[in-house]
Amino acid sequence: MNLTLKIWRQKDSKTKGQMVDYKVTDISEHMSFLEMMDVLNEQLINTGEEPVAFDHDCREGICGMCSMYINGEAHGPDRGVTTCQLHMRMFKDGDTITIEPFRAKAFPVIKDLVVDRSSFDRIQHAGGYISVNTSGNTQDANATPISKHDADEAMDAATCIGCGACVATCKNSSAMLFVGAKVSQYALLPQGQVEATDRVKNMVAQMDLEGFGNCSNTGACEIECPKGISLENIARMNRELLKATFKS
Amino acid sequence: MSVLDSKVPKGPLKNKWTDYKNHIDLVNPANKRNIDVIVVGTGLAGGSACATLAELGYNVKAFAYQDSPRRAHSIAAQGGINAAKNYQGDGDSTYRLFYDTVKGGDYRSREANVYRLAEVSANIIDQCVAQGVPFARDYGGLLDNRSFGGVLVSRTFYAKGQTGQQLLLGAYSAMNRQIARGKIEMHNRHEMLDVVKVDGKARGIIARNLITGEIERHSAHAVVIASGGYGNVFFLSTNAMGSNVSAGWKIHKKGAFFANPCYTQIHPTCIPRSGDYQSKLTLMSESLRNDGRIWVPKNMEDVMAIREGRKKPTDLSEDERDYYLERRYPAFGNLVPRDVASRAAKERCDAGYGVNATGEAVYLDFASAITRYGTEQAKIQNIKNASEAKIYELGQAIVEAKYGNLFQMYEKIVDENPYETPMMIYPAVHYTMGGVWVDYNLMTTVPGLYCIGEANFSDHGANRLGASALMQGLADGYFVLPYTIGDYLSDDIRTGKISTDSPEFIEAEKDVRERLEFFVTNKGEHSVDYYHKKLGKIMWDKCGMSRNEKGLKEAMAEIKALREDFWKNVSVPGGINEMNPELEKAGRVADFIELGELFAKDALTREESCGGHFREESVELDGEQKGEAKRNDKDFAFVSAWEYKGEPADAVLHKEELEFNDIELKQRSYK
Repeated sequence: MNLTLKIWRQKDSKTKGQMVDYKVTDISEHMSFLEMMDVLNEQLINTGEEPVAFDHDCREGICGMCSMYINGEAHGPDRGVTTCQLHMRMFKDGDTITIEPFRAKAFPVIKDLVVDRSSFDRIQHAGGYISVNTSGNTQDANATPISKHDADEAMDAATCIGCGACVATCKNSSAMLFVGAKVSQYALLPQGQVEATDRVKNMVAQMDLEGFGNCSNTGACEIECPKGISLENIARMNRELLKATFKS
Repeated sequence: MSVLDSKVPKGPLKNKWTDYKNHIDLVNPANKRNIDVIVVGTGLAGGSACATLAELGYNVKAFAYQDSPRRAHSIAAQGGINAAKNYQGDGDSTYRLFYDTVKGGDYRSREANVYRLAEVSANIIDQCVAQGVPFARDYGGLLDNRSFGGVLVSRTFYAKGQTGQQLLLGAYSAMNRQIARGKIEMHNRHEMLDVVKVDGKARGIIARNLITGEIERHSAHAVVIASGGYGNVFFLSTNAMGSNVSAGWKIHKKGAFFANPCYTQIHPTCIPRSGDYQSKLTLMSESLRNDGRIWVPKNMEDVMAIREGRKKPTDLSEDERDYYLERRYPAFGNLVPRDVASRAAKERCDAGYGVNATGEAVYLDFASAITRYGTEQAKIQNIKNASEAKIYELGQAIVEAKYGNLFQMYEKIVDENPYETPMMIYPAVHYTMGGVWVDYNLMTTVPGLYCIGEANFSDHGANRLGASALMQGLADGYFVLPYTIGDYLSDDIRTGKISTDSPEFIEAEKDVRERLEFFVTNKGEHSVDYYHKKLGKIMWDKCGMSRNEKGLKEAMAEIKALREDFWKNVSVPGGINEMNPELEKAGRVADFIELGELFAKDALTREESCGGHFREESVELDGEQKGEAKRNDKDFAFVSAWEYKGEPADAVLHKEELEFNDIELKQRSYK
């Protein structure tokens, strides 16, 4: 198929960016979206133009590195996939595809489609861990039974890949699904109880400091999340925060 | 006498690690504050090492090319992690895990290292649970286990099909705690471009900030390389796009020996290539082989008809199909080890029986399993005279419960419903057992320079068992390196800060800068990927699943010619002082090309078949094992450690003889 691409080009964080049109031809429907981008870049290199910078790594939907906003949707039109798992069979010959970076105040553009998501890391530094030394001399792994239900729910929350689609798709650029997922994982496990109060307070404080917006329960994040992280995690985080506020 | 000293402690195997820990020199906590350690790579091995080293009190400087440690490719591991916990009471023990790992590695790993690995495996699970890793549990609330290929016990712990992700996020959380305390200085989006040696010791690195392009000097009292495997030398592999050998190769050029580069694991159940644009391959868990039957058509006319779309695989009757694994290996059938299954698929496709347009695919068929489960279900549910459709429906539900996520992934990529038509699979490069040579302390042949995880060579021999990669990464990082490095650093408590203004740093930075300048000013004819793809094709055709003398010699010559062409005609757009992904790739591919040549030389030198390395000249000539791989313990029970001498082809071989005192060497048989 032949396609027109409208792509956000921006030299660096200080320079103003703009949409630029490109044409690609003979795109196979079996290609992944990023392989289509590879074809474009090879074409640009061979004509002496600068290729489009975009983040990507594992190309199997688990590292969370790829991050494009395609035709107005984070990770494009398919559901439950990251951009690297999106296939060209989702598009038709002659389509015009608009490709932008994930946009949010807390995700400044570095170059073209590459954004800086280090704000996510800083939220994790504020409390996304259990303070146990890695000595190996902890109690036996089976010493504390954990109900299968809680363990499975903690796993569902922990499956977040930190891609930032929730933020990019939210009209308020809220990171509450991301933070809620981490808070939930630990809140559901006995190991996480000791530090629960400080954890949720510190992580939420850092989230606010980074300039993420608030949640207004639209639910777009849940729909766009490639891993299907549930809104329940936001509710659980709010409960944890309320508990923590009363405790102190 | 070899220059290699493995430094394996004396004494009985079971006591070595404990005795060793009791007698090494320690650094007192006050002094640890004055010691810096650089860790390059923050996957399972590097991330866990950073966390423990920082907890112990060292100042850690960590480097990752991705935007966060959470992105490392350890995250993509699916199946699980082995540990000798014996929670299932099925007779597992440290010795059994040790034995399985050495045997699975086809007797080409170092006994003492593997025993230590088995010994600390149980601590890993305790540690991870304490960190909040949500492993799968049973209804009683205790940890669940599954069984994996090549072993007789259930010792694999798992977190759905995302065990690597959860373990990596566990290590990442342990790092975050130390980053928050200021004990780890994290350098994301940085790539190490060289190691710096001062007075023969590793004292720092040159790194490039991948956002600004700035070249930086970083010093430390010791340097740890944890940069993963080099499967991308084949261009197409299941590795991440950015996975590279550069850190390992740079230290090789500065004196670290590179061991067994030819040991590559080729995984049999990957989704086949669909065209020339393909950028990477996707693995599907080998658990699929428990229920899938592998076949190609018996007759060439049917192959052609299927390729041209005139026939569907389901049109072929049972006697028109060749279930070649069941035919060749009646005892193990579709469950032969990874290397055997991969070679058998290649053999059929080379003979022209591949079933897709590229001729490189075989069928993995679940129809029998669906019917078998369906019939069973009909009995259980007491449905009399169930129709074929009903049986199929009942069976499909069982298969979906077992492998649903894999079937869905397959359908997303290939756009075919694997419940209705057989899956197509083909082997792909997955893991590299070879790597930088290290001694028992995980130190390379350069003092103060360590190498851990997939980047080193020591624990998996010539073939790695499933669910052992995660185990090794975390064992090295959490529990082994942090002890052994203290023994070395105890001599450095009075050294003080290492200056980055020494001539050694200036010289190393100059070399790095010149190379980068060359790339952006060369303005040649071909892109970096053009060369990477060419290299990949040579590697796959001549150094892939089976190798012979003629092919390997040709590969060496072709790779050398490719290298010369690369340095004349490569074209890299953009500049140095900016984010430039093509420039990053150029440096990595340059190193892959050199490694590829050494890889071929190593494979040429090893005139035996062992594990993932199959030499066509070394096969059993008669008897029951006729045509199968033939290992040669008399002449090749050694580690090949290569010393860099300017050109990859001039590398000098050093042999570390492998001694097996606690295990008897046996031939593997699957007939």
